[in-house]
Amino acid sequence: MDVKALIVIMMSAVLVNNYVLSQFLGICPFLGASKELKSSVGMGFAVIFVMLLATTATWPIQTYLLERNGLGYLQTVVFILIIAALVQLVEIVLRKYVPTLYTSLGVYLPLMATNCAILGVTIANIQKEHLYLEAVVNALGAGLGFLLAMVIFSGIREHTENADPPPSFKGIPVTLFSAAILSLAFFGFSGVIENMFGS
Amino acid sequence: MICPKCQKQVRDSVNFCPYCQEKINTSASYTPSTRRSAILTKGLIRENPVLIFLLGMCPALAVSTQASSAIGMGAATTFVLIGSNTAIALLRRVIPDKVRIPCYIVLIAGFVTLVQMVVEAYAYTLYQALGIFLPLIAVNCIIFARAEGFAKKNTVLDSVLDAIGMGAGFTLALLAIASIREILGSGTWFGFELPVLATENIPIFTMAPGGFAVFGLLIAVVNKVSRGKAVKRKEFGCAGCPSASTCGKGGVKNGC
Repeated sequence: MDVKALIVIMMSAVLVNNYVLSQFLGICPFLGASKELKSSVGMGFAVIFVMLLATTATWPIQTYLLERNGLGYLQTVVFILIIAALVQLVEIVLRKYVPTLYTSLGVYLPLMATNCAILGVTIANIQKEHLYLEAVVNALGAGLGFLLAMVIFSGIREHTENADPPPSFKGIPVTLFSAAILSLAFFGFSGVIENMFGS
Repeated sequence: MICPKCQKQVRDSVNFCPYCQEKINTSASYTPSTRRSAILTKGLIRENPVLIFLLGMCPALAVSTQASSAIGMGAATTFVLIGSNTAIALLRRVIPDKVRIPCYIVLIAGFVTLVQMVVEAYAYTLYQALGIFLPLIAVNCIIFARAEGFAKKNTVLDSVLDAIGMGAGFTLALLAIASIREILGSGTWFGFELPVLATENIPIFTMAPGGFAVFGLLIAVVNKVSRGKAVKRKEFGCAGCPSASTCGKGGVKNGC
């Protein structure tokens, strides 16, 4: 395995195939928690954390436990349970040993169990037949891409909150239009990998 | 039970609506059949899960590039919704309240696996079109919201009707978004080429930005049509979401 392949996977997950803006995964927290910079950063780091943890746990289970025994079809049930259990476990551990981190990330953790980006990344890693290291790097990239999108979008929303759109467009519609423009901006990254690494 | 004055969902046992204090005549004004038809039809327009309550936005944006895959996604989700609502309504006295969320997750994921295997076996093109969003039905907020908000406190028949109504509402919303995106973006509808548009298409509509924009536009239209009524949605927003209490604690008010 070469470093170049890992960089390509990382770049692709963060910029080109951003999980939120081009693959529509994790739209709910993206729209729900991006009103303020503080909550968007908190949510972003919580997602990175859980995504990494979930991928490190689910990949070996799928490869060495389920597929070895011909139980690959149990993927959805097993993954969703692992993620829900992991989130609970992390919440308990953080509350007990790292209360400062718990106060900043804790409130976002229970939301992770039903976050489609987390389950989406773990399943995508299996479907794309990534190796273990590639899967972890892809999860890290997906998380970082989510954080990036959240931080940029919270900046945009601070302005749209003060703007004065037509009454019917207030709230969600104007937010969705801002998301459309941001997603258009991320289109600019398409082709970056081909040009940089020639693959 | 729906209050005749303010149209809010109230418990069957109450004599007065807790929201507007209107007297509710349980025996006379609401015969079982009108109540059942109200349960069945409310999901279509008035309580549409996608356009009014903004649930299940990820699949609504992601698989709405073609009308045919929107119908497929709607059918798959409706099936899971009927299955999970039936199972949860049947087990509503068996599942302990404290561990209900994990129980619901397992039940829903089980039905999703079932759908996944059937679609892979009998509709492989649809399986490929839906891709990762087929297993992700398991984390669709609509299914959780109906389990938590309806099936756990209603009878099996009511829950099935609710599931059919909500599933149809989801399919309808998906079809509306997908039709706009497919007609403008590729100049086709259900794969049939349309005159003029097929050669003068606007591909951006089938891509990610077009999805956000069309969805935003549709919600704005719904806001315009429903005027004042849509305001109460913002408080309700994700009240049906299992993480609603946590949401509020984190200062996250709407959108879920």
